[in-house]
Amino acid sequence: MTGLRYVYAVCRPLAAPLQAELTGVAGAPAKLLHHHGLIAVVSDVPERDFAEEPLRAHLEDIDWLAATARGHQQVIDALTAVTTPLPLRLATVFRDDSGVRVMIEEREEVFLRTLDRLQGRVEWGVKVYVEPTGQEGTAGPEAKPASGRDYLRQRRMKARAHEDTWQRAEQFAGRLHSLLSEHADAARLHAPQNSALSRASGQNVLNAAYLVPRAKSEEFVEMVDRTKGEEPGIRVELTGPWAAYSFVEPAASEGTEGTGDAGGAGNTGGTGEGDA
Amino acid sequence: MSMPSRMPEPYGQSGGANLADILERVLDKGIVIAGDIRINLLDIELLTIKLRLIVASVDKAKEMGIDWWEDDPALSTRARRDQLAKENAELRERLARLEELEPGRTSTRAPAPEPAREESP
Repeated sequence: MTGLRYVYAVCRPLAAPLQAELTGVAGAPAKLLHHHGLIAVVSDVPERDFAEEPLRAHLEDIDWLAATARGHQQVIDALTAVTTPLPLRLATVFRDDSGVRVMIEEREEVFLRTLDRLQGRVEWGVKVYVEPTGQEGTAGPEAKPASGRDYLRQRRMKARAHEDTWQRAEQFAGRLHSLLSEHADAARLHAPQNSALSRASGQNVLNAAYLVPRAKSEEFVEMVDRTKGEEPGIRVELTGPWAAYSFVEPAASEGTEGTGDAGGAGNTGGTGEGDA
Repeated sequence: MSMPSRMPEPYGQSGGANLADILERVLDKGIVIAGDIRINLLDIELLTIKLRLIVASVDKAKEMGIDWWEDDPALSTRARRDQLAKENAELRERLARLEELEPGRTSTRAPAPEPAREESP
């Protein structure tokens, strides 16, 4: 049976071999394809699943997609532990090794430049959530207003409490983002995640990624940890270390970040000015 | 190769990392290369309709009529509606106060905290 080549990442040659039983998408082992002083990390994947038609169909299947995403990430994680990989987007598939080689040749220069820029750095994800307070928006349990004035007062207090929480969250997120940006080589603001779908509780107000040298990662993690529990009703979540997914594009394209995205964190976009 | 030694353990649940976080990265970030198998992830209906929402940009979600950020005053049209409702409430409150004070109405309006807008008759 002829297989296709699924490509996870491109990186410089590894000092040590990949762990022998490392598997990626479709449970296929990950292999190294050397070419022009770079390596592509690939798996042989069956045509019946990864040719255009079946792939398209599979991607509509949430379970298949989730398993494939995890398989992809598993290989990237393993690489991140031993080198600085350039992660490719999910489902990058070539007919054969020569297709992968041609791709490497065509992009060699950009790969090398990007690898230099990211060398020795990892990505940390930081999200800030406003916890549901339980009192907002539930019309039920509060005392019945004795009069029209009471009613109005209650309404006003609720509106104010709500506003306060959001204001605090925005300010907190702005401060946190400028603090972390100062301790990172680069930062990106992503669109807030939809909490209903991500199954995280609370509303995501900041969803950011920071590019941090490995050597400074411990310090960075501690810094984030210290902010946890700093503000009541606001939760900070840290994920990583990730391969530098959010930073494979050079900062020149920064203009596209933070336009739509920054809105989610209120005015935290860019410099976080005025929060100091 | 120089592998700096001090690297924190993966934070949280490496293997069980939040699917949304993984999808956000593997679908939305990373290097885009058109392989031999041409799939535009944006054409995938499920991705577009369901999964993209996990990481939907505001504009995208708006296009789809999704309002999940509606409580964020910085973002939403709903928040603007809320603002109207609040203004309304304040006006009603003023009115209530005025009615209450009706008998001796003369100079009692000073304490009103809101920036005055003369909308009540």
